Amino acid sequence: MLTRRIIPCLDVKNGRVVKGKKFANIVDVDSPEVLGKHYSDVGADELVFYDITASNEERKISLEFVSKVAQNINIPFCVGGGVSSIEDFTDILRRGADKVSINSSAVKNPELIREASLKFGAQCVVLSIDAKRNEQGSWSVYINGGRKKTDLDAIEWAKKGVELGAGEIVVNSIDEDGMKNGYDLELLKKITDAVNVPVIASGGAGEMSDFYNAIAYADVDGVLAASVFHFGEIKIEELKRYLASKNIEIRL
Amino acid sequence: MNIIIDYGLGNIGSLEKAFNSLGIETKVSSNLDEIKNANSIILPGVGAFRDAINSLNDMNLIPAIKEHVDQGKYLLGICLGMQLLYEKSYENGEFEGLGLISGNVEMLDIDLKVPHMGWNNLKFAKNDEILKYIKEDDYVYFVHSYYVNSTNEELIAYTEYGKIIPSIVRKQNVYGMQFHPEKSGQVGLNLLKAYGELIK
Repeated sequence: MLTRRIIPCLDVKNGRVVKGKKFANIVDVDSPEVLGKHYSDVGADELVFYDITASNEERKISLEFVSKVAQNINIPFCVGGGVSSIEDFTDILRRGADKVSINSSAVKNPELIREASLKFGAQCVVLSIDAKRNEQGSWSVYINGGRKKTDLDAIEWAKKGVELGAGEIVVNSIDEDGMKNGYDLELLKKITDAVNVPVIASGGAGEMSDFYNAIAYADVDGVLAASVFHFGEIKIEELKRYLASKNIEIRL
Repeated sequence: MNIIIDYGLGNIGSLEKAFNSLGIETKVSSNLDEIKNANSIILPGVGAFRDAINSLNDMNLIPAIKEHVDQGKYLLGICLGMQLLYEKSYENGEFEGLGLISGNVEMLDIDLKVPHMGWNNLKFAKNDEILKYIKEDDYVYFVHSYYVNSTNEELIAYTEYGKIIPSIVRKQNVYGMQFHPEKSGQVGLNLLKAYGELIK
């Protein structure tokens, strides 16, 4: 059986991890490859790195971390943040990443999804959607790190993204992000019902049952989280054993 | 020397790194002489079947690969590289493969999500040296939309995903792995380690 995936997410700035510093027993805690290796060793199924380096100039240098991660871990990983062209895709994939995630740039230029999918294959193209509940009872897509509202409906945008060639959808709930009250299950369920590619839940995990609910209720293929893993509040090994004990297919 | 054939498709750095981390001296090359002198060839591949086979053709690598196999030396095809070992593929048309193993490559026409992407378990079909460091139901990492349909005479291990998917195959000195051992954590390394012992 195909397993559900547990995916820690790391923010990288100027080549260094800026969240997730609270690790005991690891010497160079700010290094993406060391933290990546740590997560790989404790059973993470995949990793996501978001490069939050401010300028394009600096990002070119910052991305050298991708090669180092590829040299040090042997599980799949995805890189996102500031990706806006086919050249960015080429650069990141050449350095050894397996997938590239796009967000604002795909909203501004949906053709980027199609071009990247044709050139590199749908499995490389991850559409990351920042969604926030609106007054009409549905969800609006936001861009620029959640700062700017768009006219797009999140569920329609997910469908459109898959039509254009996205091979995976990451759904970030702006409402739940950092709240630790659980993922936005209703939004996730609507998206897993609407598309036929893997859907990854993001934003809101606080307890192990939140991961279970996203899988059991919303049928997501993967669950992504940052702080609960980085600060050791939830240990990946424990989470995996917990999910397996609840009959979720997990790689132990 | 173990040579990973570089024919311009996909990132093969992680594969090279995986072999070298196991002490299996490995080099990426597209040089015909180096390939001819190899005691083992790794045929990687990400992307479309047509592009891959055209690329092998353009670089005049096909006769060298066939000669290598005829000499009884080991060949390991990974992911698309495994599919290339077969006679024919129906990926966006109909294309001839290397024909080293009988069977065809067909689309995964199933009710589940395609590509088959993620960690799935291996079921053993027969005993083989390649399995010596792993156990049944170990997980490996898959990314593919097409699969091999054959008599399964060559089947060593398979994976269930809407169909029986051949995941490790072997015909004498020719091996294939449908998943990515270089992305499959310790299990993947253990498979490459077993392969490394065969080619010693």
